[in-house]
Amino acid sequence: MSAAKEVSINVEHLTRVEGHGNIVLNAKNGDVKKIEWQVSEAPRFFESFVRNRPYTELSHLTSRICGICSIGHALASLKATENAMDIKISKQTKLLRKIALHGENMQSHILHVGYLVAPDLFKVGSVFPLISSAPETVKKIIRLHRLANEMSELLCGRTTHPISLVPGGFSEIPSEKQLQNLKKRLVESLPTCTEVANVILDNAHMLPHFTRETEYIGLTSKDEYALYDGIVGSTDTGTHPVKDYESVVNEFVVPQSTAKYTKHNRESYMVGALARFNLNADLLSPSAKELAKKFDLQPINYNPFMNNIAQIVEYVHSVEDSIQLIDTILDQGLKCDEKPTKFVIKKGRGVGAIEVPRGILFHDYTYNKEGICTKANCVIPTNQNHNNIQKDMEVFAPDLLEKPKDEITLNLEMLVRAYDPCISCSTHYLDVKFVDE
Amino acid sequence: MKPKIAFFDFASCEGCQLQVANLEESVIDVAEVVDVVEFREVMTNKAESYDIAFIEGSITRPIDEKRLKAIRKKTKTLVALGTCAHLGGVQRLSNQWSAKENLKEVYPDAKEKDINKNEFFEKPHHKAVDEVVKVDYVIPGCPIDRTEFIKVLVALIHGKKPPIPDYPVCVECKKKENICLFTIGKFCMGPIARAGCGAICPSHGSECEACRGYISHPHERAQIDVLEDCGLSADEIMHRKTMFTYKYVEKEKEESK
Repeated sequence: MSAAKEVSINVEHLTRVEGHGNIVLNAKNGDVKKIEWQVSEAPRFFESFVRNRPYTELSHLTSRICGICSIGHALASLKATENAMDIKISKQTKLLRKIALHGENMQSHILHVGYLVAPDLFKVGSVFPLISSAPETVKKIIRLHRLANEMSELLCGRTTHPISLVPGGFSEIPSEKQLQNLKKRLVESLPTCTEVANVILDNAHMLPHFTRETEYIGLTSKDEYALYDGIVGSTDTGTHPVKDYESVVNEFVVPQSTAKYTKHNRESYMVGALARFNLNADLLSPSAKELAKKFDLQPINYNPFMNNIAQIVEYVHSVEDSIQLIDTILDQGLKCDEKPTKFVIKKGRGVGAIEVPRGILFHDYTYNKEGICTKANCVIPTNQNHNNIQKDMEVFAPDLLEKPKDEITLNLEMLVRAYDPCISCSTHYLDVKFVDE
Repeated sequence: MKPKIAFFDFASCEGCQLQVANLEESVIDVAEVVDVVEFREVMTNKAESYDIAFIEGSITRPIDEKRLKAIRKKTKTLVALGTCAHLGGVQRLSNQWSAKENLKEVYPDAKEKDINKNEFFEKPHHKAVDEVVKVDYVIPGCPIDRTEFIKVLVALIHGKKPPIPDYPVCVECKKKENICLFTIGKFCMGPIARAGCGAICPSHGSECEACRGYISHPHERAQIDVLEDCGLSADEIMHRKTMFTYKYVEKEKEESK
C-alpha cells in the first residue's frame, strides 16, 4: 500500500437492509483513524406509547415494530402477557404457533439470502438484473418466498401483522384440509430448497473469509432446536433463566445510534441464525444437518458471513420441522373450534422470549389490575448485534485498506448485510460514508 | 419510456414495502411496466428524478423533514404508502408525551451529552407526510393491501385517479356475510373506517381498528352512541379511536383550542 493513501468512506443509508444505518471509515497512511457503524433510524418510542394501552392491544401494537418479523414480535408479546397473567395455552395452540414462527423464519431468511445477499454474490446492485440473467433461480426463490408467506397467511390471517394470534390462543384455526395441503406443499418444496442452496453453494466463495471470536447468545433447549421455547444460552457462560434477561443483555446508549447497544461476557455478542446454529446445531432436522455439512458449516463458526449460510440451513429445518408439527397436530386430532383459554385479568409482570429470524427477542410488560400496561421493555435482536458489527468492522477494516475504494465499501456493506439487520426494529438506515479529512 | 418509480422509507416497520416484495411472481410483471430506480431496502442504485415516489413512514425529526422535502422536489407524483405516511402510524401515540418525556422513558440511562445536540435524537415528534409536503395520493392500510397497490400503480401509469374506496369497512364485511362483531360482544371501528382491505380483520375474528383512517364523512357521533350502548366508558371509546388514528384526536384538540 502507498504510505500516503487516504481513504475516506461515508456510506449514508446503506442499501439492501431493512432500516437506516451509516458506515463511516476514515483512514490515513494505512491506519484506520475512525471506523463507525451508525444507526440513524428515527426513534418510534414503542416502550413509551404502549403505556396506558389494554393487554388486548399489546401484540397488535408491538407487531408493528417490524414488518418482516411481525409474527415473532406478536408471539413474544403474547408470551409476556400470558406470563404476566398466568395464562396457560393448549398443546394445539403451541404447535400452531410454532408453525407460524417457522413460516416467518422461512419468509425472512429467503428474502434476505435470495433478494438481498444474492446480488452481492452475482456482483449486481439488486435482484432486478437477476430476473433476466438468472430467471430460473429467481423463480425458485420466489416460489420458496411465496410458500413461506402463504403459510403465515394460513396461520395468522395475513402475512404481515398477524390477526388471529390472541392472548390464550387463536381467533381462527385452519382446517384439517388446509393443513394437509400445506404439508403437501412443504414436502414438494424440499427439492427446490436443495436447488437454491446449490446455486448459493456454487457462489459461496464470494463470501469473505473473515473470523473474529465472539460470544453467541440464543435460546436453547434439550428437546428441540429452540425457536419458540427455551432458556437463554451462551457459548461463553452456559445457560440463564429468561427472567434474568436484563443481566444478559445489559443495554446501553451510545451517541452514534438511536438503537441501544448490548454486551454480556465480552465487549460484544452476536445473535441470529449463526448463534442458534452454534448453540443448537445437533438438534437440526436431518436434511438441514446434511446441508450444513455441504457448506462445511460446523459449530462454533466465528465467520459472521456464514450467518447467510446458517439462514439457508434453518430454512430447510423449518420446512422439515413444520411437516412434523402438522403430523403431530393431525395425529392427535385437530380441534378447529378450540377457543382461546379463558383467564382472569390480573396485575403482574411477565417476560416473553422467542427466537425471531434475526435472533433472540425479549418483551417484558408490567400490567395493573385492570390489564393496562404500565411499563414495557423490548430488547430487539438487531440492537444486540450492533455492538458486534462495530467490533467486527474494527478488525475487518484495516485488512481492506489496500483494496480499491468501491471494494472496501462493498466488503463493509456485505459485513453489515450478513447480520441481516432489521434496523427499523431497532429503532433504521444503512449508508457507508467515506469521510474526507 | 417506462415511468421511473422509487420507494423511500421513514419511521416505519417497512412492512408496506415488504408487501411489494410479497407480490411474488407479479414483481416480475411490475418490473416490465415500470423502471424501479430507487428502493433502498432491496437495491443499491440511486436516481436523480422520479415520476412516482412512494413514501412509507411517519416524519419525525428535522433531518427527516429535510430529506422528504428533497424527494418532493425530485418527483412528479408523491404517494403516501401505508398508515404511517397517511396518518402518522401507531408511533403517533407517543405524541401524547413531550419528546423529552419519551426519550427519558425509552433511554433512561442515556447521558445528556450523548443525546443533546445530536441530530439523530433531535425533537422527535411523529407527523403524517401531508403535514410536511404536498401528497398527491394515499394508499392506506397497516399494512397496505398488495392488490390495491397494483390497482393504484396501474391507474397512475395510465394517468387516472387511483380507485380508493370511500365507504365503510361494514360494506365489505356484510358482503362477506361475516357475523357482525357487535352482535358477539366485540367492538369495531368498521362503521366509520375506510374500506378497501376486504374487512380482513373482522373476517378473521378481530376488531377493525380503522388502520385505513376514516371515510370522508364519518358519522362519528353515531359511532360513539353505538359504543356507549355497548357499555363502553368515555375512556374506552377514546382508546378505540386512537390505535392508528391519533391524528384525528390531535386535530380535534387543535380545533377546540
